[in-house]
Order: sequence, then structure tokens, then C-alpha cells
Amino acid sequence: MNKTINITVNGTKHTLEVEPRLLLVHMIREVLNMTGTHIGCDTSSCGACTILLDGKSIKSCTVLAVQADGKSITTIEGLAPEGGPLHPLQEGFKENHGLHCGFCTPGMIMRCVELLEHNNNPTEEEIRWGISGNLCRCTGYNNIVKAVQWAGAKMRGEETPSTEPEFV
Amino acid sequence: MIAQSFQYESPGTLAEAIALLNQYGDEAKVLSGGHSLIPMMKLRFASPGYLIDINGIPGLSDIKEESGVVRIGALAREADLEHSALLATHFPIFKDVTKLIADPQVRNMGTLGGNLAHGDAANDHPAVMIALRASVVITGAEGEREVPIDEFFYGFYMTAIQQGEILTEIRLPVPAAGSGNAYHKLERKVGDYATSGVAVQLTIGSDGIVTAAGIGLTNVNPVPLRASRSEEALIGKPLTEENILLAAQYASEDCNPSADLRGSEDYKRHVTGVLVKRMIKKAAERAMAS
Repeated sequence: MNKTINITVNGTKHTLEVEPRLLLVHMIREVLNMTGTHIGCDTSSCGACTILLDGKSIKSCTVLAVQADGKSITTIEGLAPEGGPLHPLQEGFKENHGLHCGFCTPGMIMRCVELLEHNNNPTEEEIRWGISGNLCRCTGYNNIVKAVQWAGAKMRGEETPSTEPEFV
Repeated sequence: MIAQSFQYESPGTLAEAIALLNQYGDEAKVLSGGHSLIPMMKLRFASPGYLIDINGIPGLSDIKEESGVVRIGALAREADLEHSALLATHFPIFKDVTKLIADPQVRNMGTLGGNLAHGDAANDHPAVMIALRASVVITGAEGEREVPIDEFFYGFYMTAIQQGEILTEIRLPVPAAGSGNAYHKLERKVGDYATSGVAVQLTIGSDGIVTAAGIGLTNVNPVPLRASRSEEALIGKPLTEENILLAAQYASEDCNPSADLRGSEDYKRHVTGVLVKRMIKKAAERAMAS
């Protein structure tokens, strides 16, 4: 028996009729056609499906759409206004080559939105623990760490670290 | 992967939730954090006909201290336990254990109550509760009953929670002065279940004699295990290297690990011994510093 749910997505209210077993990630991708959120493993491991639910980063493949009734979600599409300036994290990933294929990137960025909200000046160690629920097969994580530190600096209003490569 | 169809209820009160559980009987499962249940349903290892979502019931997630007992609502999220200043004062073990449970996103949803009620010896909190000598409050239509942790775990996915009942609170006696607690688990990678995990709480008198010890083991037994012989090896004696090694040896002998991809039985016994030794020392350090 279907349930009617009211859910705010990136600031817009939606009323949807859904089966209880519909996963939040499927609601986002297939009902609302917002494919920025990705399904990587479907077993709660990779974090590619990470979005914000009432401000908390969660794995949308492991939450039912009906659990979001009356709540607000933010997906990667909701970080920057249409045609508007990029969110510091998006800019940071761009400037610091924090992505190759980009598949993990939306989930990685949404996790880091919450990470920076709790601590806007994280150490490398804090970032690595903070993204431990997000797997990346391409980058080796180094530039992701740099991107997050860069974004943190920008959000603190400080000078951003250089994006020039280091010669060791 | 898609779960089988089910009906979904989200009651606003405990009484409603209990009534629904009694109405639907063994066809119903409680939905708490959902991060053990929903993955099982997606794989069709579990197909309850009714899901009773208790996340909308207020008052089940508080963490407070009253009359020498720390009371944690069953809906307290792992992230809440990780960041609680109250828990950090008496129980630094919560920072140890939550850091090792899954990852930050899962910890935003997963609950302490769910971790215990799932009845899985591979979960980390059961061993912690054993070490801290916790009790759990189970609520049904007739009211509340308090069950000591040693009477809570029956078997594989089986706990003392009967049909029509919900685990609502976890109670931890505030340890006496001179106590310390610690947890560690060996895992192959971040977010993995334990190859072996050990929780220890010790109380050491000013004369150096151990007056209390609780040692719980994770994922090396079909049911979460109290290392009783190890505890007895420490209580009433000074904490010497010899006693610590004996406690470690007993734990490694008394557990019953299964060989799997995480290691052979012998390897897991060995790791258990090593972790018991290390966690006794860490708990003792914290006890001296307290």
C-alpha cells in the first residue's frame, strides 16, 4: 500500500506517492530524475549515494524514502544555484584535481559539507577519518584532502593554499 | 537490490508502536537506525511484512545521569555517543568504540538500541555493555522491565526482547573512582566487523588492588561473550604483568571464534589474547589518571 510523503528537496517541496520499500536514492534518481547522486555498491559501503538529510550526511541507499517524510534533503544539485557560483567544496575539488572519473565526487562532497560544518579547519587525519565512509578508486585521496583543506580556508575567509604541484 | 514489499507504520508514541507490534506479531520488525535491517532486507535475508518505524517517537534519545546511573535512550545515534561530553567523562570507551563502528554516515543513523537489539555478536556495543555491566530496559504492553546484560543475549540474532516489546533504554552504573575503560577491535579495513574486539573496565583501589573488572569480547563467539575467567584472574589482586598475561591467555582459550575471511580460529584466538592484554593496560592507565 503506497504512502504519501512530503519532502523538501534542495529547498523545493514535493508531495509524492511511494511504495514503502522505495529507497531514498531511487526516489531521488528515478522519481525526481536527479542523477547527481550515484549508486556505487548498494551495500552501504562506498558512500557514492551520500546526501544530507536534515543537515546530516547519510547513505541514501540505506534509508527508505518514507523515512524522509516531513524532512529536508540536500543533494549535490542543491549546493550551487543554477548558473551561480560554485560551493567552495566544488571549487576546491576543481582547483585541486580532487576527482578523475567523478563517480564518488557528489557523495564525497556532500559528506565534506557536514565535515566542514562541524570543523572548518580539519587536519589531514581528521579529513581522512571524516571521509572513511566514501571510497574513491581513482585519486588515492591525496587531492581530495587538499580540496577539503582548500575549501575550509576559503570558507574561513583565508587565503587558499597554492594549487601548484609540489616537487619532492 | 530491492526489498520485498511491506507495510510501513510510523507511530508517534511508544504505546502505539507496542500495540502495532502486538497486532502484527512475528510479521513485524522495529525500524530504528535501519543500517543492519535495511541492508538485510535489500538482500532479502529478511522480509518482514510490517516495518514499525520508531524514529518519530520523542524522548527516546536522551543521554543523562541520574543517581549514579547514566541512562541512554535506545534511539541515541552512534554520532551522539561519539560526541557526548557526559559520556566522555565516565566512559571514554564510547569514543573508542564509536570511532570503530562503520563510518560517519552510518553513525548518523545507527542507534545504540538497534546495535544491541539486533542480537549480532559481530556488533561492537554488546562487548562494551558487558564490560560496563549495563542493563537494558525493555518496554511492552505491561510496562517496563530491566534486564541485566548477562541475561540479554540468547543466541544468533536472539535477545531477551519478546514479541510486542521494544528496547527503550540502556543503563550504565557510574563506575567508582579509580576506574578506567577502553575498547579496541582489529579490523581488516575501516568499517569492517571485528576480527576480534575487546572491551575492558577496571576499578583499581589506591592500594593497587583490582576491585572490579569487566571484560567483553566481540565476534569471537556465537553470542557476545563475557571473559569471566579473565575477570577472576584480575579481581582481588594487584595488576601485575603475570596476572594480565593470564587474563589474556584465559580469554583466548575461552572464546569460540569461527574461521572465516578475517582469519583462522587460531589467529583470532591469538588476536583476542593480544587485545585483552592491551585493553587491560589501557583501562588501567585511564583508571590511574582518573
